[in-house]
Amino acid sequence: MRGAMDHDPPIRVKNLNIYYGREHALKNISVDIPGRTITAIIGPSGCGKTTLLKSFNRLVDLADGVAVSGEVLVDGENIYAPGVDVTRVRKKMGLLSQKPYPLPMSIYNNVAYGPRIHGTKKRGELDRIVERRLRESGLWDEVRDRLHAPASKLSLGQQQRLCLARGLAVEPEIILCDEPTSALDPVSSRRIEERFRELKSSYTIVVVTHILRQAKRLADYVIFLYLGELVEHGPAGKIFEEPEQAMTREYVKGSIS
Amino acid sequence: MDARKVEEFVWKTLAAAAAFALFLSLFLIMATILAKGLPSLNMAMLTQTPRGGYYLGKEGGILNAIVGSLYLAGGATALALFLSVPIVLYLNVYAKKRSRFVLFTRFSLDVLWGVPSIVYGAFGFTIMLLFGLKASLLGGIIAVALLILPIMSRAMDEVVRTVPHELFEASYALGATRLETALKVVARQAVPGIVTATLIAFGRGIGDAASVMFTAGFTDAVPSSLLRPAATLPLAIFYQLGTPFPEVQNRAYASALILTLIVLAISLVSRVLARNLTKHIVK
Repeated sequence: MRGAMDHDPPIRVKNLNIYYGREHALKNISVDIPGRTITAIIGPSGCGKTTLLKSFNRLVDLADGVAVSGEVLVDGENIYAPGVDVTRVRKKMGLLSQKPYPLPMSIYNNVAYGPRIHGTKKRGELDRIVERRLRESGLWDEVRDRLHAPASKLSLGQQQRLCLARGLAVEPEIILCDEPTSALDPVSSRRIEERFRELKSSYTIVVVTHILRQAKRLADYVIFLYLGELVEHGPAGKIFEEPEQAMTREYVKGSIS
Repeated sequence: MDARKVEEFVWKTLAAAAAFALFLSLFLIMATILAKGLPSLNMAMLTQTPRGGYYLGKEGGILNAIVGSLYLAGGATALALFLSVPIVLYLNVYAKKRSRFVLFTRFSLDVLWGVPSIVYGAFGFTIMLLFGLKASLLGGIIAVALLILPIMSRAMDEVVRTVPHELFEASYALGATRLETALKVVARQAVPGIVTATLIAFGRGIGDAASVMFTAGFTDAVPSSLLRPAATLPLAIFYQLGTPFPEVQNRAYASALILTLIVLAISLVSRVLARNLTKHIVK
């Protein structure tokens, strides 16, 4: 396995502070996200999990009154440096949100949307991309005969896999997921988790989750946040079996939530 | 019956009565126009311009006003759309959501919405004098565009504001620019609202008399140039109603019927259009 240890980490966070107005949402976070593994960001609601995730592709920029200090290095480049092309940074990462939001267009066009805006126009090439990514996300067999039907007609579970295919279509290196199964039924959730396990050999996956059992099932590496502070991070086995911090122990035991 | 059931019954009855009053007023307006206008409506009214003595009860029609109104309202709607779309995109895609400028822009549009149309007419007329422009189709189009611009942009704005934030994020996360997101995602999601806003603005524009009185003027000829005066249906109704002859007054009702039918037809067409465009909308 090509693990985290033999390459530079694809995402390095250095002294990251994020403020929403006066609220100090992330407090001096420094952590490396290992490559080609699944990293879970865990912690109670409002601890800054989503903010940390969205700082990786600068979606935090969209919030009003947000202020960022520190660095996030993606492939060694500080994405908060002046003059950075945000669209290029975002293209490196797929995003799965809590509730699937297909774009208001057909299944085909959802997947083709990213490649098209990045310059792929040829029909044949788009056809190949759409099929490949829908297969990768495990949706192809269910939609192959209705590619031009509205994406909004799919079930929630299918929509989430479509969003995955849509993200993969821009050839990212990293997949960011914000509680990707929280709106899904158990069967659909399991299918998404299966996809992650399959995809982690080629992608770096970061999953925000408040479901401890999901983190235990999926994660190779775990980051535990509490009230905007990084309490502990490390390989999943260590965090779940023998955490160093008392707070982590309490949380993984389920005593605090 | 206990008090809560009585309360429920009273409120339900009042609410239903209010809804019925709305329906009734529409019915009464339509009934009046039909009763007085239908007997005077004939092909000549639709296909001919006023001949000499039309306003005294002689032959002719109001083709000049029908065509004039369609040109004027169509032109004004197009011009307002041309300005509204960038305004709405700026407010919702580019600007910071709570910035003072955004709040002030929305407030200004709301105030402009409330400005009486005669004020737009007078304002437009002053501007035209400044540029040495005479009463013309172009002058009317500009005045009516100013009149319907706040209506159109605020109606669109309200629809675009309901587009979920996550949809913007989904597009940005794929590396789309703001413009791509606005045109390819947000506009599609908001299509029914944009169509409705355009329609409301058109209806308001074609029905307004005060803003075109000084700016577009009136003529018995079908407008042949942007710089020539143009007749409009509301003013045609006004002039015909103002005559002392009952048969000409009845033609005013026939003209009102034509105006109402135009608005109705456009409303129906846009609804069908919007329905065909809604199948992709994400809920």
